[in-house]
Amino acid sequence: MTRSAIYLCCIVLALLSLPARAALDAGQLSKLAADDNDAKVAVVKYLASHPSPEAEAVLTAMDNDALYQNQGRLLIVRGDQAIDAATLQALGPVPDSAESIIVNNRLRGAVQGALSAFKLFSSDLATRLKAARDVKQDPRPEQLPLIQQALAKETNAEIHQDLLLAQASIQISSSNEAERLAAVKILGATNNPEVRTKLADMLIQNNGQYNEASPVVRAAAQQALKSIDLRISLARAAASLFSGLSLGSVLLLAALGLAITYGVMGVINMAHGELLMVGAYATYFVQGWFKTHLPQHFDWYVLAALPIAFLAAAGVGMVMERLVIRRLYGRPLETLLATWGISLILIQLARVSFGAQNVDVANPSWLSGGIEIIQDVVLPWNRIIILGFSMAVLVFMSFLLSRTRLGLFMRAVTQNRAMAGALGVPTGTVDTLAFGLGAGIAGLGGVALSQISNVGPDMGQGYIVDSFMVVVLGGVGQIAGTVYAALGLGIVNKLLESWSGAVIAKIVVLVFIILFIQKRPQGLFALKGRSVD
Amino acid sequence: MTTTYRYFSKSVWLAMGLLAIGLLVVLPILHLGVDKHSSLYVSSYAITLIGKIMCYAILALAMDLVWGYAGILSLGHGVFFALGGYAFGMYLMRGIGADGVYHANVPDFMVFLDWKTLPWFWHGTEHFAYSLLLVVLVPGLLALMFGFFAFRSRIKGVYLSIITQALTFAAMLLFFRNETGFGGNNGFTDFKRVLGYSITAPETRVAIYMLTGLVLLGALLLGRYIVTSKYGRVLAAIRDAESRVMFCGYNPVSYKLFIWTLSAVLSGIAGALYVPQVGIINPSEMSPANSIEIAIWTAVGGRATLIGPILGAVLVNAAKSYLTVSFPDYWLFFLGALFIVVTLYLPHGLMGLLSALRRKITGGWK
Repeated sequence: MTRSAIYLCCIVLALLSLPARAALDAGQLSKLAADDNDAKVAVVKYLASHPSPEAEAVLTAMDNDALYQNQGRLLIVRGDQAIDAATLQALGPVPDSAESIIVNNRLRGAVQGALSAFKLFSSDLATRLKAARDVKQDPRPEQLPLIQQALAKETNAEIHQDLLLAQASIQISSSNEAERLAAVKILGATNNPEVRTKLADMLIQNNGQYNEASPVVRAAAQQALKSIDLRISLARAAASLFSGLSLGSVLLLAALGLAITYGVMGVINMAHGELLMVGAYATYFVQGWFKTHLPQHFDWYVLAALPIAFLAAAGVGMVMERLVIRRLYGRPLETLLATWGISLILIQLARVSFGAQNVDVANPSWLSGGIEIIQDVVLPWNRIIILGFSMAVLVFMSFLLSRTRLGLFMRAVTQNRAMAGALGVPTGTVDTLAFGLGAGIAGLGGVALSQISNVGPDMGQGYIVDSFMVVVLGGVGQIAGTVYAALGLGIVNKLLESWSGAVIAKIVVLVFIILFIQKRPQGLFALKGRSVD
Repeated sequence: MTTTYRYFSKSVWLAMGLLAIGLLVVLPILHLGVDKHSSLYVSSYAITLIGKIMCYAILALAMDLVWGYAGILSLGHGVFFALGGYAFGMYLMRGIGADGVYHANVPDFMVFLDWKTLPWFWHGTEHFAYSLLLVVLVPGLLALMFGFFAFRSRIKGVYLSIITQALTFAAMLLFFRNETGFGGNNGFTDFKRVLGYSITAPETRVAIYMLTGLVLLGALLLGRYIVTSKYGRVLAAIRDAESRVMFCGYNPVSYKLFIWTLSAVLSGIAGALYVPQVGIINPSEMSPANSIEIAIWTAVGGRATLIGPILGAVLVNAAKSYLTVSFPDYWLFFLGALFIVVTLYLPHGLMGLLSALRRKITGGWK
């Protein structure tokens, strides 16, 4: 009830706020009929600074190519009826001699810029908000009168703030010291980089003279700069922390499967990256199926892809275990070479069946876009959801390991194979299933990766070194260690990246791990006591 | 133990001698001294290919020394190979002089980067002897440092393999950067002359080819000397039971470190011989996939046999040259299957297969 009343008020106020009716200067307008584009732009600026329904009508007509001239008189054409542009009076049918006024790109840009300011008077809150954002982003001096009028009428606090910033951004160049001072004081809250440059300019000395003569304004500018920089650096830090967490979650997804196959079972699987690839291609396959069979539910193909990718990768993993890895238990170096061979074969299989190029996996609508924390710093939805997804996979895995019969058997077999066998645990089957589980989790990681990176035959290769680093750093046989290592590596990597560039960051991290292993060959979280050997 | 492998039986010595004469004397004569249209003429393609494969054979031998005799499976030997190649490549780049595309005093890629003078690490590379020193020192020092830290903290087995892989991976990323000063993506290429001789002249090519063959032969003899020495015996003992050797009062670190560094130096020399013959060196030589391929050459031939890895390098690379041209889609299937089949069914490689066959025929151990 109260809310609708407020809306009503807004609408009424917005209607009232329309500037007073005043006919336009016909002399100025007539310049639009001439061929001089500079003059035309000047007229558009004049229109923008003299807000009135006539000005808006003329600008809208120019934008729609509906402005005509007949013997020096400007007409707005609606259907087959002509309206006088200066007074908005109906003139009857369009005369045959009317010529269209040509609007080139430069002029159109000016027209649209001017029109956007007129939206500040729209009755629709969202339109007004967007218009206010636009003028805040790109304030033009000729819009100042409009902004001030809108400011006087605006009731919405957010829009008001945006308009204040826009006004200040323009007034910072004013010749009036008091206006400048007021503007500078407000501008501490801006995120506009151009305005920041202007503030910084004020403090620069030229031939012993500050660009800004008044010391009071200079002090205020200094203050404003400080608060702008603080806010921007905070937002940047938050963003790089997030991208670190996001990279960490990707590493975690890649490494979780490895934590089972290498960490728990002690099988070194160089084809792990290719199991990620199998998961990603399964996603691609499911996407294609949805496109042809269930286009109306296309948004949900990613969810359908999860079990399929899990089963596909787990299947490949179990076949690998049965045919090759099983024969090599206890010979880690040979396992390494044989699984490398499997990875080559899987890569080539993908290349032969899907082509050597990357395939196109689209984000469903609920994974596109993101949350903007400040201007230009966006946290994308797909990364946020993958962060959550990796945690879900983690919970799923630790549940399987600690609460199910299979998990119990797995732990029994890895701790004491002979005793487990003696107690009736089918150790061979458990090995196969455990390897399948690790592979399936890699498949789930592949679904996630398909949403944020390229899907191609070589995609798995990039992850193998990283994911082994995670497992090695975290400590063998330690799921918790894997989690900390993945997130920690991701964050360290991203923080270094913003400081030194991507490649150097990666090298620094690798060197760090090599040095770290020197100190603690058992990883971050070493097993203690009897389980060591 | 009477069943130690013999280095080598008389027939192997004889075969090696004949092969050496064939490769190092007959082939060069057939290339230089025979008319191009004669059916006996050996093309420069063949000379380059064989020269390249001999470089790989040196590399496989170096791998055998560490993997076969010390049990250290390195997945990063590509980095030593490439560093040797880059060290000699620097000399070759300086040899281009102002004959590059831009006629500048610095290599062309530096013109791209707008570098007017050479970075400090390029100083002195115009001297042949200094670049040879670099070929030995750079891979050697890197291996010494890396090995010292790795062996001191008793990192071994799969851990060590993974870390060597990370090492070559990091080096590859570093060399891919343009700012590192080694030509980035494209590396070094377009060489003109070595020691004043044109690098494309048949005589120069044959000289480098013969040098490669001699180095291979020398490396083989050096390897034989090492593994049959007392040092070699201790090394093999460390490979088989490191803890027991330590209880006997040996410190394995220096033993491993020596063979590790020597192997890296050999790889570097192989790289230095490789670059002038192939005419290019770029960071892809450091890719983990390349390094792990060296391991399969060694495994195919048979570890700890010295001669096996050479055989493996030759066979696998001959197959690669043939398959990548005739059946490009099947090469990776073949290579992948090779990795699996050799580890599953041929743990001692071709040499093991040969001696098993001979045992079957003669009915006893020979």
